[in-house]
Amino acid sequence: MCLGIPGQLVRWVEREGIFSQAEIEFDGVRRVVHMACVTEAEVGDYILVHAGIAINRIDAREAERIFETLAEWGDDEGWHESLPEGGEHES
Amino acid sequence: MKYLDEYRDPAAAQVLLDEIRRVSTRCWTLMEVCGGQTHSLLRHGIAAELQGTVELIHGPGCPVCVTDQADIDFACQLAKRSDVMLTSFGDMLRVPGSQGSLLDARTRGGQVRIVYSPLDAVELARRQPEKQVVFFAVGFETTAPATALAVKQAAQYQLDNFSLIVSHVRVQPAMESLVESPDHRVQAFLAAGHVCTVMGYQSYDRFVARYQLPVIVTGFEPLDLLQGILAGIRQLEAGEAWLENCYSRAVQVAGNQSARDLVQEVYQVSDCRWRGFGLIASGGLSLREPWLRFDARARFAECGLPVILNSACRSFDVMTGQLKPPECPHFGKQCTPETPLGAPMVSSEGACAAYFRYAGV
Repeated sequence: MCLGIPGQLVRWVEREGIFSQAEIEFDGVRRVVHMACVTEAEVGDYILVHAGIAINRIDAREAERIFETLAEWGDDEGWHESLPEGGEHES
Repeated sequence: MKYLDEYRDPAAAQVLLDEIRRVSTRCWTLMEVCGGQTHSLLRHGIAAELQGTVELIHGPGCPVCVTDQADIDFACQLAKRSDVMLTSFGDMLRVPGSQGSLLDARTRGGQVRIVYSPLDAVELARRQPEKQVVFFAVGFETTAPATALAVKQAAQYQLDNFSLIVSHVRVQPAMESLVESPDHRVQAFLAAGHVCTVMGYQSYDRFVARYQLPVIVTGFEPLDLLQGILAGIRQLEAGEAWLENCYSRAVQVAGNQSARDLVQEVYQVSDCRWRGFGLIASGGLSLREPWLRFDARARFAECGLPVILNSACRSFDVMTGQLKPPECPHFGKQCTPETPLGAPMVSSEGACAAYFRYAGV
């Protein structure tokens, strides 16, 4: 019920007021999402979608923080070798 | 998927698990507030992995579970009317009211339609002007912007055949109600990340100061949850209690101002009946004056019914962390997902459903 799904903004459909909409890609599937609450988002941005509307942008810089923290704790576990380069995942 | 899969990396999770075990000198009791977090903790085996190091107790953060039976009964009554199309998130269909569920109402010929978004319900109302389309608006502050936007769009389209059963609930008053109880066991809270995405987390400052309990804004993926648990334990081990954001990729201190403005414009804070809890002061939202024409309760006032309470379900004890679902005498016997005695066994975020589904993970 309170889960948000991250997706990437592919194309603005309408960028004005309460009828703002954009095409968002979720793991290869594209869907038109209501954007009235995140009109500042740009193409390429990742956003969080809940119940058909965007509720926030995902801050890419902040998203990397946990992996930097883990890296600071050392590489004894070799954990980062299991991640794609740069901590990113290719869908 | 980007921003999901990398937060499920088992090796990275192991690093966090090891750190949690390293810093813990005793078994602490943390409550994850949101039902989505409960499911993730059980699904990914985190609760079992940390058994003996951290006790995770499950909070009241399943809006489906706490929706008042009277609201469900009202929705079922509306669904029986030939002029009404009742729309709802799928989570609500099997939740029992005092006289059956929306699924029962549909089986008996009622028009009940699952929608992904309240904005889809607005579209249905536009396309079917002969029908009264009613959306059952449940959910925490995460969902309120979507339903507020639906109201504004309906007003813009000048729809007189769209209305809402507003059953929105607010998470923080429930947390306050919980810690006011003298026998609560919570030592730190993992706050519901997506509520904070919308509302921010400034309002927790007073909560932390008053109750001297750590509050950690936490996401939903395994690494998010482990990070939140670690932050909470570090505070507890240091004898500290402060507000910490471990979900900063999606949550800023003031939340999403546009979404908050939208909610503020359409809704006002009001007292609200929570299933299992009773009346919680400031525990819900109701439509403000300019939008009251979209209130289904006013539009269909004659459809109210007396509620017959089902006392067998121990949902209150489960949602306040007093009882683990398997400890309930009805769990897995009289109460299963197929024959639920209460909402926590059927909701996609219900703690009982999570234990039933992921038992043995």
